[in-house]
Amino acid sequence: MRMSTAPDVEKIILNVAQIMIDELKLEDVTPETFDPQIDLIDEVGIDSMDLATVALVLRDEYAIRIDEDDYPKLTSVRLISEYISDKLADRADG
Amino acid sequence: MITVSSLLDSEWHQRYKRISKLNIRSSIYDVTNQCNLRCKGCFFFSSGEDKAAVEEKDIKKWAAFIDREKERGVNLAILIGGEPTLHLDRVEAFYRRLPTFVATNGLIKIPRDRFPNLMLGISLWGDENDEKVLRGKDTFSISSKHYEGDPNVYYLYTLTPKQIGKTERIISKIRDAGLKVHMQLLSNDEGVDGFSWHPEQLEAIRLEMDDMLDQYPNTVISSKYYHEIITTGKMLGRRFGWNECPSVTEPLDKRNPRPKRLIEFIRWASDLKTMHRCCTSETRDCSSCKDGAAHMSWVMVNKRAHIRTTKDLQNWIEVYEMFAKLYQFIPW
Ligand code: SF4
Ligand code: SF4
Repeated sequence: MRMSTAPDVEKIILNVAQIMIDELKLEDVTPETFDPQIDLIDEVGIDSMDLATVALVLRDEYAIRIDEDDYPKLTSVRLISEYISDKLADRADG
Repeated sequence: MITVSSLLDSEWHQRYKRISKLNIRSSIYDVTNQCNLRCKGCFFFSSGEDKAAVEEKDIKKWAAFIDREKERGVNLAILIGGEPTLHLDRVEAFYRRLPTFVATNGLIKIPRDRFPNLMLGISLWGDENDEKVLRGKDTFSISSKHYEGDPNVYYLYTLTPKQIGKTERIISKIRDAGLKVHMQLLSNDEGVDGFSWHPEQLEAIRLEMDDMLDQYPNTVISSKYYHEIITTGKMLGRRFGWNECPSVTEPLDKRNPRPKRLIEFIRWASDLKTMHRCCTSETRDCSSCKDGAAHMSWVMVNKRAHIRTTKDLQNWIEVYEMFAKLYQFIPW
């Protein structure tokens, strides 16, 4: 059973968006205006090197590991946030 | 935030979508240290890379090595040398396992019954006179007979300062042979007199390359943005060179900060163990390097930087399409 200690996805979304904006120096966007569904690869032009940069920061922030093999499915801020939430929940379960 | 769809109309967006998921992962392989020519300015021999490693001769070891490369995620093998066609068994080992492109001087004809769709790029260093000065013979007269009308072959035409005003004759000869052509610039690694570029010559050749693309759109595989980048060495206000080069062998890349680069790219020597620094020779001065593939890769890995204006993104798409066509990820 999942414990309630895992922060909720909506909060993670804002934080992931902020990290993206800071790390990748994205302009004209705030965490609030960042569309969490937008395709990061096709629409924003983020590549696997960018994702690796963001993954490092997220690893430190949430103390989780983001597997490189999982990059292909992490195509939006929402999907990244759900991924983090699941990892945190697993950890809380464990 | 600027997004791709906000910059492109539906036609360009379709073109973008055709290439955006290709995920090309190339690596380069020295198939052999030998060649049946000795061109002046060949980076391989002038840098001594032909002596950097002892050739692996056991074909089983080549096969096992290529299987490991495939597992590493490589989906495009670019074979160079030396002259790869001197060892067709090694070429075949690649061809049976991976999309394979061979850079050849075209003097040996690949048997098409054995290699029906093998992609070939034939090197050409100018007109008959340039070729005789730099390579000791007019290779075009031989290679064009070997490959006339072959749909999987194009000429890799290396322009020299001596070609200014003369490229049309060559391009029309290539068209008449039923083949395609892609242009790049000589880096003159051996400092042959009269073959180094001056700024005004680079400007002139850029205009000429543009003109050839306009006049021979069905023969020339290129893009004007590529012409701009290769002749100016500049992209979006940044200067090409060691700090920006995307084509450095990844395990040897200790640059900090790391620029955008080709993922998992390695250039392997023919012992299948030694790695070379980059796609061309280690002794080349990066500040004057004109390597065509490195310049186009430079554009390709910097997609996000081009999501800025419609023109910038269209430029990026055209360069990516050019690369994808050269290696047949999309049709010519
Ligand atoms: S044909 Fe190619 S490998 Fe051979 S000497 Fe000339 S440039 Fe070098
Ligand atoms: S010589 Fe050219 S390809 Fe090699 S590292 Fe320098 S800039 Fe890059």
